Amino acid sequence: MNYSNLIPIMNDELSLLLVMVILLVFDILGGEKSRKIFQPVAFVLFGIHTVLNACPREAGELFGGMYQYLPVMTYVKTILNIGVLIIFLQANHWLKSENNKIKTGEFYFLLLTTLLGMYFMIASGNFLLFFLGIETASIPMATLVAFDKFNRKSAEAGAKYILSAVFASGISLFGISLIYGATGTLYFSDIATLAAVTPLQMLAFVFFAVGLFFKISLVPFHLWTADVYEGAPTNITSYLSVISKGAAVFVLFTLFVKVFANLIDQWQSILYGIAIVTITIANIFAIRQKNLKRFLAFSSISQAGYILLGVIAGTSIGLTSLIYFVLVYLFSNLAAFGVIGIIEQRTGKVEINDYNGLYQTNPRLSFVMMLALFSLAGIPPFAGFFSKFFIFSAAIQQQYYVLVFIALLNTIISLYYYLIVIKAMFLTNSETPIEKINTDLPARISLVVCMLGIVFIGLFSYIYEQISVLASALF
Amino acid sequence: MNFLSLFVAIPLLMMIALFFAKSRKQIQITAVIGSSALLILGGVLAYLYLHERALGNTAEMLFTADTIWYAPFNIHYSVGVDGVSVAMLMLSVIIVFTGVFASWKIDPLPKEFFLWFCLLSIGVFGFFISIDLFTMFMFYEVALIPMYLLIGVWGSGKKEYAAMKLTLMLMGASAFLLLGILGIYFYSGATTMNLVEISKLHIPLQAQYFLFPLTFLGFGVLGALFPFHTWSPDGHASAPTAVSMLHAGVLMKLGGYGAFRVAIYLMPQAAHELAWIFLILTGISVVYGAFSAVVQTDLKYINAYSSVSHCGMVLFAILMLNQTAMTGAVLQMLSHGLMTALFFALIGMIYGRTHTRLITEMGGLMKVFPFLGVAYVIAGLASLGLPGLSGFVAEMTIFVGSFQHTDVFHRVLTIAATASIVITAVYILRVVGKILYGKTEHADHLTDPDARWYERIAVVTLIVAIVALGSAPLWMSNMIHDSLAPVIAQLMK
Repeated sequence: MNYSNLIPIMNDELSLLLVMVILLVFDILGGEKSRKIFQPVAFVLFGIHTVLNACPREAGELFGGMYQYLPVMTYVKTILNIGVLIIFLQANHWLKSENNKIKTGEFYFLLLTTLLGMYFMIASGNFLLFFLGIETASIPMATLVAFDKFNRKSAEAGAKYILSAVFASGISLFGISLIYGATGTLYFSDIATLAAVTPLQMLAFVFFAVGLFFKISLVPFHLWTADVYEGAPTNITSYLSVISKGAAVFVLFTLFVKVFANLIDQWQSILYGIAIVTITIANIFAIRQKNLKRFLAFSSISQAGYILLGVIAGTSIGLTSLIYFVLVYLFSNLAAFGVIGIIEQRTGKVEINDYNGLYQTNPRLSFVMMLALFSLAGIPPFAGFFSKFFIFSAAIQQQYYVLVFIALLNTIISLYYYLIVIKAMFLTNSETPIEKINTDLPARISLVVCMLGIVFIGLFSYIYEQISVLASALF
Repeated sequence: MNFLSLFVAIPLLMMIALFFAKSRKQIQITAVIGSSALLILGGVLAYLYLHERALGNTAEMLFTADTIWYAPFNIHYSVGVDGVSVAMLMLSVIIVFTGVFASWKIDPLPKEFFLWFCLLSIGVFGFFISIDLFTMFMFYEVALIPMYLLIGVWGSGKKEYAAMKLTLMLMGASAFLLLGILGIYFYSGATTMNLVEISKLHIPLQAQYFLFPLTFLGFGVLGALFPFHTWSPDGHASAPTAVSMLHAGVLMKLGGYGAFRVAIYLMPQAAHELAWIFLILTGISVVYGAFSAVVQTDLKYINAYSSVSHCGMVLFAILMLNQTAMTGAVLQMLSHGLMTALFFALIGMIYGRTHTRLITEMGGLMKVFPFLGVAYVIAGLASLGLPGLSGFVAEMTIFVGSFQHTDVFHRVLTIAATASIVITAVYILRVVGKILYGKTEHADHLTDPDARWYERIAVVTLIVAIVALGSAPLWMSNMIHDSLAPVIAQLMK
């Protein structure tokens, strides 16, 4: 085994690991005084990690194909990193609160552990490593969901998350073992050639896929989502809805299109059905929600449904649009959750009705929220419009007219419920609006970054074209 | 940068300036400067266009510019105008200019109002200058979404319901449109989304059969096509004055313009085959809209239903698929845009004084504010097609064009549509007689002041435009007529 090429190929994971170790040591040895500067240090360290790994390198593999690196993965990981940076900024104020002060180090360490798990998920070339990655990403996640330990809902959400996650991994693992039984290998490259449409392999594939669908919370594997999103601290919810999901959809694409390429007719029809139910059911449920976090939970389920269109298309345009969609979705969703988090942490209000008349007292926050919702709804000139357009184009290119038509009709439903929130903020007057909120600087920076992302990503084609260049290298 | 892009750049600059504006005065100044610049730009464009044509430039689109935007999808930012776009742009600048004065004292939140107003105009102008399907669609949607807030925040009556209904119906239509546009792009096998380029390609007939209804319906909803017109009366009635003006005056024209520029121009065979279905629907729009207007008692609803009728006429004429009727359609868009804007402006001003829009509550207002009264009569006469005013020119051209079809089906529909003129006369004259003449219903109306200077600017500008189009229509109709030649050539293929 030659370890000399470990550095260039596995850079992302190694440097993230380094950041984590430094933070852990700093947290343990630093004592009381270091607490004050812990957050900025963590942010800067992770920022350096992001910048250093933002450039794509040569493709390569390690450990006999267990670990694969493809240049396009750098973009996916960088997108996740940007999201994590924004979440760090948004969590800053929350972590300073009385209950969380002593747990700041844990927050960062656990969060980065899940990120490391996702890195391995993305870069795995073997089902074992993939499974390790998915578990590393899930188990600390449950701790994070239950981070507010004095909040009953948060604890409950943590328990719900871990139970359903473990159940899903169990099923997935069963699928993996069947795959091993059928093909005699766990390497992606081998399975790509050995996979065939036999009853056993189909069974294996379906079991395996369910675990992944659970991660992305596609209908009918979404039942945990709303409760967990509602109960978890808002910054964790946004992490779950954006980062966790973003990593999983990329993996879904590469696994389905590359590894299970022989089963393409089968999984395309499965995904076709799942995409339709996911978008439709999630939209219908979102209309009925009163709590903003539950509302965004369903909205993000339906967004995942749109992402599936890119997977179904299965082309390089599909992959590019998928990554681009995740990028845009990241900025929009983090902006929305950022505003919700700011308001929730200061006033404890999360109902849509509480937002009545928000524009009178907090024009800036409501403006950001409006941009985010417009972007999620796919209204031009905001980035969400472009990402939806591209993902629909990718599907239309493969002649999925009916599917796109259903998705388009659903965008109208989604526009309706996004407008309900906008209506509450701008149109409805309230006797007791949320009082004027002084936002802390980090959160403000994060919202500005998100806003810039929402407004400018779509207007400049550079980003899409860059992703496109590397994504098409995969085909 | 191509000078056509100024139509988008000026409102954008206005938005930036408005963002920093501190007082109402500054907001008003910004709005006036910006909209005047647009007005001048519109005039300059018309002059340059005619000049270029006089020099013998026969290209289909003039002043074209093209920048690659999203290379993987062949999306370009490409602009260009022909006679029809020039006519529409001129209409839009006039409406935006007068809209600014009509909302001079808008309350509350004037800054936000004008910000959204500018975004709306960006959408409108961008739509008319684009010749790329994607950019066109994008601007179309940009124009729709500010409506929600404009109606919802500054509207009156059941504004939240109306705003939601309007937004959802129009966005629903745009879903059809998006599918249609993507279908056109992929079925034609085009390597560009440029309209003119795609028109040279052939879309398979089977595809045309489902793409034509999708696009025509998508644009038709905005043009108040029966039975999808229901957003229009509620929307117009609840919207604030300037928004009603812009919406009925310009935004509804996006529908007509798009219907022939995309649906008919790119899919001529299907247009021939399927026109009859939509002709029946538009025929119903024309007659039904007129009859509905007769039974309304709210001034805004009357005008809104009258808009349904008149905009139905636009689509009706377009579907006649001949050059004369289509010229009439574009003239009707201009004429209806101007007079409906005038109507809505006047209704807004009257409402501001009498605090009611019910015709049963008003009477004898001519002696109270003669300026507004006379203006209302002029608008009414234009609407029912008095020679010398714009309505006559448009409707005359439309019916002459329609009568060129000699078969029974077209004849019957044409006669039915012609009959709507009589119904128009009924509701217009009834309203004029009731609210302007007769005895005053409420004594406190007697003390209401006549039009203020800013209101006069809006009203006079619109009247001048209506009279100009009505008495000297030839240059305009020739410009439009010539520009329609490529569309007709498509249909002849």
